Amino acid sequence: MIGLDALYLLTGALFAAFALQHALARSWRSAVFWGCFAATMLGGSVFSDTVNGALVIVLAVLGAAGLRPKPVKTTDLETRQRSAARSGNLLFLPALAVPAITLAGTLLLPGSRFVDAKQVTLVSLALASVVSLVLAMGIVRAGPYAALSEGRRLVDSIGWAAVLPQLLAALGGIFAAAGVGQVIAHLTTAYIPMTLPVVAVVAYTIGMALFTFVMGNAFAAFPVMTAGIGLPLIVGKFGGDPVVMAAVGMLSGFCGTLMTPMAANFNIVPAAVLDLKDRNGVIKVQIPTALLLLAANTTIMAIFVYHR
Amino acid sequence: MLVLSGIAVVVLGFALRANPLLVVVVAALVTGLTAGMHPGAVVAMLGHAFVANRFIAVAWLVLPVIGLLERGGIRERARILIGRLRAATPGRVLILYLALRQISATLGLVALGGHVQMVRPLIAPMAEAAAERQAPLDAETRDRVRAYAASADNVGVFFGEDVFVAIGSILLIKGFLEQNGIVVAPIRLSVWAIPTALIAFAVHATRLWLFDRRLKARSKA
Repeated sequence: MIGLDALYLLTGALFAAFALQHALARSWRSAVFWGCFAATMLGGSVFSDTVNGALVIVLAVLGAAGLRPKPVKTTDLETRQRSAARSGNLLFLPALAVPAITLAGTLLLPGSRFVDAKQVTLVSLALASVVSLVLAMGIVRAGPYAALSEGRRLVDSIGWAAVLPQLLAALGGIFAAAGVGQVIAHLTTAYIPMTLPVVAVVAYTIGMALFTFVMGNAFAAFPVMTAGIGLPLIVGKFGGDPVVMAAVGMLSGFCGTLMTPMAANFNIVPAAVLDLKDRNGVIKVQIPTALLLLAANTTIMAIFVYHR
Repeated sequence: MLVLSGIAVVVLGFALRANPLLVVVVAALVTGLTAGMHPGAVVAMLGHAFVANRFIAVAWLVLPVIGLLERGGIRERARILIGRLRAATPGRVLILYLALRQISATLGLVALGGHVQMVRPLIAPMAEAAAERQAPLDAETRDRVRAYAASADNVGVFFGEDVFVAIGSILLIKGFLEQNGIVVAPIRLSVWAIPTALIAFAVHATRLWLFDRRLKARSKA
């Protein structure tokens, strides 16, 4: 049955191949960095927690020191323009096949005996990546080694940011285990006088955005803030509608996601993927939208949550 | 209170522009230590939590396809395509993408998009090509166009997905409320995501339109 372990092996093998290419090019730091990352993917379930932790520390130290990859040979502008003229809009097919196959997989695979029903989305994504790669190799007329080199070119331009989302998710887990959320919920309720229904709404929506900013994830903030302010005050004390409170509360958290470097997948990784000089470039253009939407959410909740 | 020192490390680290990987690892270690754990146990906890989140890395399997398509000239092709559309401006391209991303997300199709799969090979080159037709792009303006392209993807998916009843966040809300003795139908939660979804589109589309005007003013200057 295809489940998470198979996907980890495939992903680990890809990064191991990147590391090997770096070693052959004598880019030692990159080789060790991606090698360690590949090791956690391939052997994470077998190694002890301490070994995995040590590998993570090596990743952080190398990431901070700089990976210094050697540039990958790729096609020049003229060759690409000629290829673009030759292949035409067929070039878009593999790129659009990725979401199309992922989607088809999530709809069709759940009935299959060969796929772990709980991991259908990830299995579909992996399947889509492989099928689209085969399509792309046919259209671009390049072999697997060229595909590997081009993948490495992208991962080099993304650099350490490729590992950050996973590391931040781990930090979120550690914060939760250490009880950081409860302390924050306690602080907000202890220091803000919740005598007016509107104050509770403002504290809750802004609290959701702030706590999401810190955790990088609205899903982590929601249970804490809702248990701390939403349920006991807005619903319990002032008799608000839990549906409006919860739905708009989560969306207030999303406003925090737009503004924080902690949501690396949405904010830091794209800055790296798009070769932006400013690591916070994406966040900066999102802040005005996020603040306006936070004000809108607060207004919506203040008006509708107490009308039943 | 001491357990909040990890957050202080994160805030300070990002403010000082230290390497985020290092900041996060130090924050994790500080949080564990101030919670009274043995240093060895803290490293083990970090390793355990990192490995438990490996599923996030599976998305990188898409890298070779996108890299290969770039080698074959997909970004150049995207530029040619936009070059033929006389009405295309960077703002209009991105407003259209924002609309498509948001509408598909409201139908639960969150996989239709993404920074690596869509924005880098297709959307950003299209927006850049549309901007270049007005006037040559300096590095700073080019980065700005790209940043707006990424923002259109984020705003679209964030404020679209909650309108779909079976998305993760709606199910999380439903589950959490149920644990607290409140049973709600997911559809009622989704309905309350609609006002914010509409405002999000209005706000971000307006900002993209204003960005367009600034770009146009630049070409006349």
